[in-house]
Amino acid sequence: MKIVVAMRQIADLVEELEVDASGADIDREFVKFVSNEWDEAALEEALCLKEAHGGEVVVVGVDDVDFDQTLFGALAKGADRAVKLSCGFEGWMPTAVRAELLARWLKDESFDLVLTGVQAADDLDGQLAGVLGARLGLPHAAVVVGLEPDGDGFKVTQELGGGVTLTSHATGPLVLGIQAARQAPRYVPISRIRQAMSAGGIEELEVEAPTARAPKVTRLFAPEAKGRAEMLGDKPSEVAARIVELIRAKGISVS
Amino acid sequence: MAENDVVVIAERVVGSHPDVTFELLGKAKEIASALGGEVHCLVVGSPEGHECLGAADHLHLVEGEHLWPYNPHAWESAISALLSQLKPRLVLASTGTVGIDLCGALAAQSGSMLASYVVDLSVEGASLMAVAQLYGGKLMAECDLGEGPAFVTAIPGSFAGHAARVDGVADATSHSHDGADARMRHVALTEPEKTGVDITSEELLVSVGRGIGSQSNIDLAQELAEVLGAGLSASRPVIDQGWLPKAHQVGKSGKKVKPKIYLALGISGAPEHLEGMRQAELIIACNTDATAPIFEVAHYGTTADLFDLVPEILDLIGG
Amino acid sequence: MLLAAVETRKIFGGTTHLERVLFYLLSLVVLVVFFAGLGLRVKKYMAGRPLDAGRFRRARVPLEKPGVSAPIPLAQTGVDIAANRTVSRRNHAVGGAHLLLFWGFLGLLAATIIVGLDYDVYGNLTRIFGGKELSFFKGWFYLGYNAVFDTAGLAAIVGAVWLAVRRIRDTKSSVALDYTRAQKPKSGYSRAAMTAGDHLFIFGLILILFTGILLQGLRIDAAGFPSFERWTWLGYTVAVGFGALGLHGSAAGSAHFWLWWVHILMALAFVAYLPFSKALHMISAPANLAVRDPGNTRRLPSPPSGHAGYQDFADFTSKELLGFDACTKCGRCHAVCPARTGGAPLSPRDLILDLRQYADRKRGIPMVLDWEERPDQSGPKNLEGRLAGEVIEPATLWSCTTCMACVEICPVGIEHVPTIVSLRRSLVDAGEMDPTLQSALENIATQGNSFGKSSRMRARWTKGLDVPIPDARKEEVEYLWFLGDFASFDERLQEISRTLARVLTANGISFGILYEDERNAGNDVRRAGEEGLFEMLVEKNMEAFSKAGFQKIFTTDPHSFNTLRNEYPAYGLDKPVMHYSELLASLISEGRVSLSGLGRKVTYHDPCYLGRYNRIFDAPRSVITSAGCELVEMPRNRTNSFCCGAGGGRIWMDDSVLAERPSANRIREAAELDVGYFVVACPKDYAMFSDAVKSTGNEDRMKVVDIVELFAEASGELALAGAASEEAPES
Repeated sequence: MKIVVAMRQIADLVEELEVDASGADIDREFVKFVSNEWDEAALEEALCLKEAHGGEVVVVGVDDVDFDQTLFGALAKGADRAVKLSCGFEGWMPTAVRAELLARWLKDESFDLVLTGVQAADDLDGQLAGVLGARLGLPHAAVVVGLEPDGDGFKVTQELGGGVTLTSHATGPLVLGIQAARQAPRYVPISRIRQAMSAGGIEELEVEAPTARAPKVTRLFAPEAKGRAEMLGDKPSEVAARIVELIRAKGISVS
Repeated sequence: MAENDVVVIAERVVGSHPDVTFELLGKAKEIASALGGEVHCLVVGSPEGHECLGAADHLHLVEGEHLWPYNPHAWESAISALLSQLKPRLVLASTGTVGIDLCGALAAQSGSMLASYVVDLSVEGASLMAVAQLYGGKLMAECDLGEGPAFVTAIPGSFAGHAARVDGVADATSHSHDGADARMRHVALTEPEKTGVDITSEELLVSVGRGIGSQSNIDLAQELAEVLGAGLSASRPVIDQGWLPKAHQVGKSGKKVKPKIYLALGISGAPEHLEGMRQAELIIACNTDATAPIFEVAHYGTTADLFDLVPEILDLIGG
Repeated sequence: MLLAAVETRKIFGGTTHLERVLFYLLSLVVLVVFFAGLGLRVKKYMAGRPLDAGRFRRARVPLEKPGVSAPIPLAQTGVDIAANRTVSRRNHAVGGAHLLLFWGFLGLLAATIIVGLDYDVYGNLTRIFGGKELSFFKGWFYLGYNAVFDTAGLAAIVGAVWLAVRRIRDTKSSVALDYTRAQKPKSGYSRAAMTAGDHLFIFGLILILFTGILLQGLRIDAAGFPSFERWTWLGYTVAVGFGALGLHGSAAGSAHFWLWWVHILMALAFVAYLPFSKALHMISAPANLAVRDPGNTRRLPSPPSGHAGYQDFADFTSKELLGFDACTKCGRCHAVCPARTGGAPLSPRDLILDLRQYADRKRGIPMVLDWEERPDQSGPKNLEGRLAGEVIEPATLWSCTTCMACVEICPVGIEHVPTIVSLRRSLVDAGEMDPTLQSALENIATQGNSFGKSSRMRARWTKGLDVPIPDARKEEVEYLWFLGDFASFDERLQEISRTLARVLTANGISFGILYEDERNAGNDVRRAGEEGLFEMLVEKNMEAFSKAGFQKIFTTDPHSFNTLRNEYPAYGLDKPVMHYSELLASLISEGRVSLSGLGRKVTYHDPCYLGRYNRIFDAPRSVITSAGCELVEMPRNRTNSFCCGAGGGRIWMDDSVLAERPSANRIREAAELDVGYFVVACPKDYAMFSDAVKSTGNEDRMKVVDIVELFAEASGELALAGAASEEAPES
């Protein structure tokens, strides 16, 4: 079984994001970029599948800021290959563009599964799994929380919201947007990442500039604080008294 | 004029039509009238119960072998086929199941623009302008979808929906779609187990998030809930850690709740969580991070530490 | 016949030639068994890794102290052993008894050797080469010998009986002597053999000693009470007793013959038994004390080359293997361990015993009545399983707070903490850890702090200060203040950090901070077993230090203090490192500040990494007393301070498995003292004890305060933040 995991970097939401001079993108200069957490779940699922059923895990992605870190991390965790597609793209990359670059590379690869994170914090023009599935002409599914080989294909379990889950049988190759792996993404010790770094092993490919279109962002702004909560202060005893008052005012009896 | 029409994809995959479909219909009517087009509503698979979709000018019922229960691959081909006939200007879905599962692919196939996580949508001149919530709700992006065909997936709860719940369908058309491509077939649909816990029926909910820190601290929240006679619910991280069973989860992949009071403890307010609780009558949020998005939807907030606050409340009413 | 009355005695009284041959043959067998046993042990130690020599090639820090961060001089160890100082520590009764037995036994050993030298060596040599067998075992030498070694015999008997009585009396009531495991194997276990072994050892020893004294008496009785034997005072007294009982002449001689064989057979059996039993500690304990290195815990050793953590027998150092053999199951570590006290599955004693059993089984070395039995092949019997994970359970390893109380009290110099960390490293390498620890490590790896906050938020706490803190990267300062994560990011502690900043500014101290370039120092990261991340943090911090201009470092956090002071020098840090308590104390002692009396009754908690690790006990106390507070010590103070439960990465792990959190245990201890304030000098302590004061319901009786809050209030600059200080009871 050969599993391709499409990974990417995303601005660390721990950081305070600021809007750049153009007013239409985040200020990328001082922001830290980290691996997309759902992609990490996709990688974990791929590694678990490989450990349970054998096969190969190939991590691929476009050359985002600090993407090497993520690739080395993936290699340290047990991925067999790491591929970086470079085309000199800068700034916000729409999903359509990402999908185009990945699809071009995937066209020449054989694989059984393409796994990627169900979403990313800036995928304004759609979630990668679906867009990539369409580009490759393959069946796809999103919000996947369960995946097992099953006869000639895979048993795929998706969350449909409200706690409803749907299990389907699909014959591959498939493109899946992973919501959660069977276990939390594993920890990879820094020493292993460093070993992977000193071993090298990232395949870097120059690719042609993309042509896909995407909606044009005209303005990026912080949400208005219109519905902002009335703050009750931070002195616990006073806040507690107000909360009890509010509960009683709603006609809920508490002793 | 078909090129100015708006299509709403009904989100129903189990049960009755969800609120978001009416929200989308309401918005579709507004956009269609601005564009001078009509509203079509697409219902795939489900055989009956569509009288409430009267807000649409046209109702399209698509039936076929693999379409019910929900099957993403068959739905995609059915919707794709119908859209290629209707050639609408705008297709509206939600960021729930169908939108996230299918709209990316449908837009890519038809070469349409797509905007996700949309909370506002308008027509400006010949262009469709959308406002989307990005970066976990930290920033909003206003974007120009251009003058061509476009898809929009909207976050549930973003548009008003009550007015669009109109009984009596004017024009219904049945389509049959032969899903011969069986690369994906149905195995099972599982509804949440009835565990006796029903957080949707509680008047008062004590809800805990990542800030609760550890399994052992759940006891503190449990005690508060018991003393208040409230239900205990939680956001996804708490459920994922296994600190509380799935039946207690509020949010997109959990339950939608509308209690009289929602007391959020240590919940930062990810969009997926807000989706499940923003309709509570009164929201009180406790989070030490004053910039947490939960304060955007809460009516009252405090940055007091929940471990200081909860014992105080217990003292007030428990002792 | 005056000559016949020369003061001596026959060595083989009344035995035939055959019996002599039998004796020597038996002795030979016994010596072969003894040295074979000892050889097996020594070969086991040699199979371990030699010591990491790199540890000794580090830069010397001016503050290094022997016995704290530098090895103990051998002469000092000699004195410690001779005085049984490590045995007497915090337990003088047992120490005294052990000292009597120790010296008594050494005396009797010397006595036996002297007789052997005289009879077997000197006698034989003179017979073969001089034609006439000579002896020096006569005259004044004989008299003095008997007088001295009878005393030694009595000392040994008194010591042994004392220890035996204490063991019988206290086994039920003493935590230390209770062999119940902290970690309960699913399949069950039995330590009955260990208890039987203890009894065999002590009562066997008593029997040998006792029969020796009886023999003296019988011999003197049979010989008709020669007057010079009064020098053999104990034997003579016993002989008088026999006489009074009517045992005389040939009857006494016959009894002497039989008892002599009983005594000799027991003594020979003991020699053979020694290398395979608890008695081994007579050799392994002093040897281990001689090679112990207290710096080993303060400055953890690097992992074995080639892999991250201990995976196999061969990964243990020779010293660790020797240490396992030195354990006497005295249980002092078991009693003081905060994890064990709190109900965690870790007991340092059980860990060492498990590792010893595992190592011995691996090497095929048998033990006499010193093994734990299990119905299955789990734990130490699992020779093929993973060392960290199966032989020792992960939960056991993760329970350690690295507080070092076990290393401190161990009378035989075992260093448990480095072994635990080495085993943890294997778990970390396999990614096996608490999810909350994992996210803390991930946060530290990406953001440089455990809070998961942006590194750019690190100096946000400085907002609200009237005088901004100089940026040490931009201007030269005397002191570089290294805050650590809690003092920077925890909201409760940020106020204390601001107080310290105001105090230092007001007193004209030249200090600066690194702003967003400071990273978690890595003390607890390293002790959690993430060596690679520790090294990365050291590199980042060293890079930041190199960009800054300063002469000394002081830290808020004792954990950061430990690693900066003891571990960073190996990576090139050559500046003195202090703790803020030392800085405050020096302001007082130099007379730069005058404090007014607060008149409060307080107690003080020694942070593990400040007190036990780095021996800073008096600086914080001088701040407290100079601020006019009456300091009431808790029963467990200074080197015996009881951990708050946060160290070694435990603060990032779930502690819901504990029956009682160590911090709550500590607050209960303080609550007995009737003091209004619980004074700390560590940010983690402030956080842990503030919670514990609430969870134990002592919120109205006791307030947790930092020494700098007392300092600020007493210097009239600032009042304690908030109104709580008025509510807290004045003593």
